Amino acid sequence: MEKRNEMRVEFDSRSVNEGFARVAVAAFIAELNPTMDELADVKTAVSEAVTNAIIHGYEEEIGKVRLSCTIEEDRIEIVVEDTGRGIADVEQAKIPFFTTKPELERSGMGFAFMEAFMDEVEVESAPGKGTTVKMRKQIGRKDD
Amino acid sequence: MECNYELKDGTLRICVPRELDHHLATQLRQETDLLIEAYRVRKLIFDFSGTEFMDSSGIGVLIGRCKSMSYSGGEVIAENLNERVQKIFVVSGLHKIIKIHTKEEDCQ
Repeated sequence: MEKRNEMRVEFDSRSVNEGFARVAVAAFIAELNPTMDELADVKTAVSEAVTNAIIHGYEEEIGKVRLSCTIEEDRIEIVVEDTGRGIADVEQAKIPFFTTKPELERSGMGFAFMEAFMDEVEVESAPGKGTTVKMRKQIGRKDD
Repeated sequence: MECNYELKDGTLRICVPRELDHHLATQLRQETDLLIEAYRVRKLIFDFSGTEFMDSSGIGVLIGRCKSMSYSGGEVIAENLNERVQKIFVVSGLHKIIKIHTKEEDCQ
């Protein structure tokens, strides 16, 4: 029996919504009975992607951040999308400690955290077109 | 959301909020810097006993305070990390640049 479920939300790029985004995803994937550690991993990854959209995608302006989560069997896919500035060099952006905003004391660990806590991370971006981050993770893996 | 601070003999103890993300990191950074400057803080203690969530924005705040305290010859300590916060410290390498104490001291 195939298990599939999907949710989608859209919210303003305000920092107060970072908490909302991680709690929304955590509540949605609760049906998979994730461990506390898996749940915390997913929440951290969502927080990183949404924070990037808010700080780097839209900078000072308020735009829309789209967040979706799909459950297929024991796998989840989370997509965080913005239509903001976009990233010119995605590979450079992924380098740990690389940041375009040192004045805001950004640690440059955002993508490194997403990659550390999720199984797969895909980034599509182009300057002026916005950024889409897709993250996948298997929940309840037996060897964990 | 409120961040709590305790000041005693040049030591500033910061009770890190329950969830330290970008949203609260900005406030925590501004308030901490204001207190450090106003009271000539020599020792900074980040108390994580009430913290359940932290992301890379929190790392930025800690690294920044480590830098500014090292300029003035001060000290930075992190205390009462739960398993999750400890994992964030290890993944980011923060445990190598900041002193971690594990003694139990409640600051609620």
